[in-house]
Amino acid sequence: MRRLIASLVIFIALVVPALALVDPAERLADPVQEERARAISKNLRCMVCQNQSIDDSDAELAGDLRAVVRDRIQAGDTDEEVYDYVVARYGDFVLMTPRFGPSTWLLWLGPAFVLLIGGGVVLFVIRRHRTRPVASSLSAEEEARLAKLLGSDENPL
Amino acid sequence: MIVELGHFALVLALAVSIAQMAVPALGAHRRDIRLMRVGEPAALLQFALVAFAFGALTYAFVVSDFSVKLVYDNSHSMKPMIFKVSGVWGNHEGSMVLWVLILALFGALVAFFGNNLPDTLRARVLAVQASIAIAFLLFIVFTSNPFERLDPAPFEGRGLNPILQDRALAFHPPWLYAGYVGFSMTFSFAVAALMEGRVDASWARWVRPWTLAAWLSLTIGIAMGSWWAYYTLGWGGFWFWDPVENASLMPWIAGTALLHSAIVAEKRGALKSWTILLAILAFSLSLLGTFLVRSGVLTSVHAFAVDPARGSVILGILIFFVGGSLALYAWRAPTLKTEGIFAPISREGALLVNNMLLSAATASVFIGTLYPLLLDALADMKITVGPPFFNYTFVPIFVPLLCLVPLGPLLGWKRADVKAAAERLLVAAGLAFIALLASFAFFYEGPWLAPFGMALAVWLVAGALSEIAWRVKLFSTPLSESWARARRQPRAVWGTALAHGGLGVVVAGIIGVTAWSEELITTLAAGESTEIAGYTLTLDGVGLRDGPNFDAMVGVVRVRKDDELIGTLMPEKRRFSAERQEKTEPAIRTNGISDLYVVLGEQAGDGKWVVRAYYNRLAPLIWLGGTFMALGGLISLMDRRLRVGAPTGARAHLRPSAAE
Repeated sequence: MRRLIASLVIFIALVVPALALVDPAERLADPVQEERARAISKNLRCMVCQNQSIDDSDAELAGDLRAVVRDRIQAGDTDEEVYDYVVARYGDFVLMTPRFGPSTWLLWLGPAFVLLIGGGVVLFVIRRHRTRPVASSLSAEEEARLAKLLGSDENPL
Repeated sequence: MIVELGHFALVLALAVSIAQMAVPALGAHRRDIRLMRVGEPAALLQFALVAFAFGALTYAFVVSDFSVKLVYDNSHSMKPMIFKVSGVWGNHEGSMVLWVLILALFGALVAFFGNNLPDTLRARVLAVQASIAIAFLLFIVFTSNPFERLDPAPFEGRGLNPILQDRALAFHPPWLYAGYVGFSMTFSFAVAALMEGRVDASWARWVRPWTLAAWLSLTIGIAMGSWWAYYTLGWGGFWFWDPVENASLMPWIAGTALLHSAIVAEKRGALKSWTILLAILAFSLSLLGTFLVRSGVLTSVHAFAVDPARGSVILGILIFFVGGSLALYAWRAPTLKTEGIFAPISREGALLVNNMLLSAATASVFIGTLYPLLLDALADMKITVGPPFFNYTFVPIFVPLLCLVPLGPLLGWKRADVKAAAERLLVAAGLAFIALLASFAFFYEGPWLAPFGMALAVWLVAGALSEIAWRVKLFSTPLSESWARARRQPRAVWGTALAHGGLGVVVAGIIGVTAWSEELITTLAAGESTEIAGYTLTLDGVGLRDGPNFDAMVGVVRVRKDDELIGTLMPEKRRFSAERQEKTEPAIRTNGISDLYVVLGEQAGDGKWVVRAYYNRLAPLIWLGGTFMALGGLISLMDRRLRVGAPTGARAHLRPSAAE
């Protein structure tokens, strides 16, 4: 009985907090426009959630933003205009894909830069070590110990 | 009383680790074997003490002792037993104790199995391991005491976050920590080697099993985490490039690189200094993960214990160990002698390229994860780095790597014949091409890149099989001879093939889910039907169910194919009364290749229910492949040649070709 009362109280206390994510009622009649809206929604961040796009989120604010996106599309905006509209109101934070600009040059070019350095190092290592003679730094006793540890080891792995 | 004893044991463990750090290090410096030998009993004692403390904390959770603040905050008497136990590490303080427990376990394992190590190396490894334990025990004892009491004791606990009350998630952290902390072992070996001033083939061999153990645990931990996200978050996603996920991915990739470079260091005496650096980096990235999750600098589904004060302490620990080890590296690494000739076309050349690409991949995750934090801190600009960034940077780095994976194991050391290796892969290339055409034929409406991804997946799996076929001379000798050869292959060969093939299976799963899945969102009244991917779903009705510590709305969905009833799915919406939270519980019907995934949404205004259904093609392959990879790691770990700690025994010497 106690549990029943408790759950009833909770049931009432929990105001249904959210819209369903992408409520069927939200959808646009034109399937091409709807598909664009979904694609844009996947690339917009839900401001009150944790790393979710508004397409994935069931928060109320995400629902509002989905409605905004669909309104803009119906008003004839291109994808880029929709993004501009949203960014003008919510800032760059709302974009899942950061725009390429002075503040994100390092971000976008960083991985390629690391890859270039890595490639350079690989070339350097291969050139430098192509001719270096093999020299063992182990003492005779250590060689023997190593041989014992490695056992009969003909397999190349 | 037991709780106080646990607290006391934790403080004692701190005292023991101080001795474990100071005495063997001094002994190694003075070449005094008696002092060095203090390390082993100290490591075993430290483990026993931390294990006792962890046991005491678990006991408090099991008996629901709400006079302990941590139990009050994170447990509830009505919670099922399994979640009372997992509640121990479902919070900041308890998870730190688990962290230190695993750290102490690894130290104890070295103490137990390390008889083969040179005395000074073993002493130094245990000392470095103890220094990490000291830092984290100090952190726990002074800022995150799990044994804090409440007076008066509350009557009932506040419960555990419902999202954490899940079987896969319950055992996801221990595996993840085993991975993170496992890299502490390779870190300790690296720092000890720098202190010794030399790295040789035997060092690389001693490090490999620990790397493999850490990598294998981390693989399981990440796979479980992503499986949990898939079936619990309710829209079928399995990886979100969330900062906390990235925090576990970075040490995994760095660890993968380490696993491969250690082979070169062992077999060819090259890349030693780089291997040391990777060992330091893998653990640094693990520490970074620990810091990111607990500091409050991130908001994430997975982050907990958001507390800036504790964050700055962990940042201090991070800076001390990363900075200290890198400084030591800068000082001592130039003295390490590198041997060996490096031909561009050789096994070691391939492994070098593997390391280059893995490092760049790690860097792209690192930059994408930390850049928004830095930009916010330095320039006060807030940006989001979401999944598209990683698709543009991480994927282009990883794809060439995947293309090269089957080639690597087929190249010989020193100087390889690339033409011969390519010929051995002719069948695999043919199969990949067939997969490409077949994918285009079946899914010509899908994304045009997906068939190439599927070809890559087949290339990886067929390539792994080709390697085995080549080693056992399949079809070029009688089958009995091939069978005999197969039995003679070292386990590491099977492990490699299984892990590389498993990677291909994962790729197939990822391609299938992201490119070829179907989605349906609709509203249904009781008795109404809808169709997805050839299945007819009928909502029979929605009822109430009483769970152990929740109440649920249950949708009963009948699944028919060709008018024949093949199953019933029961997605739920659960309300947890103690925690005052809601959680959707999707229902999944799998045939082993694809998943039918149904979620019950809200009740719409007209009394109909929102039902979301997904047909996730090849989704189970992601975790099947992950299991293969972990199994591959396990089989390699059991290779006799890696069991350096176990008695080498005369058997192996008398009958070198038997067994395996």
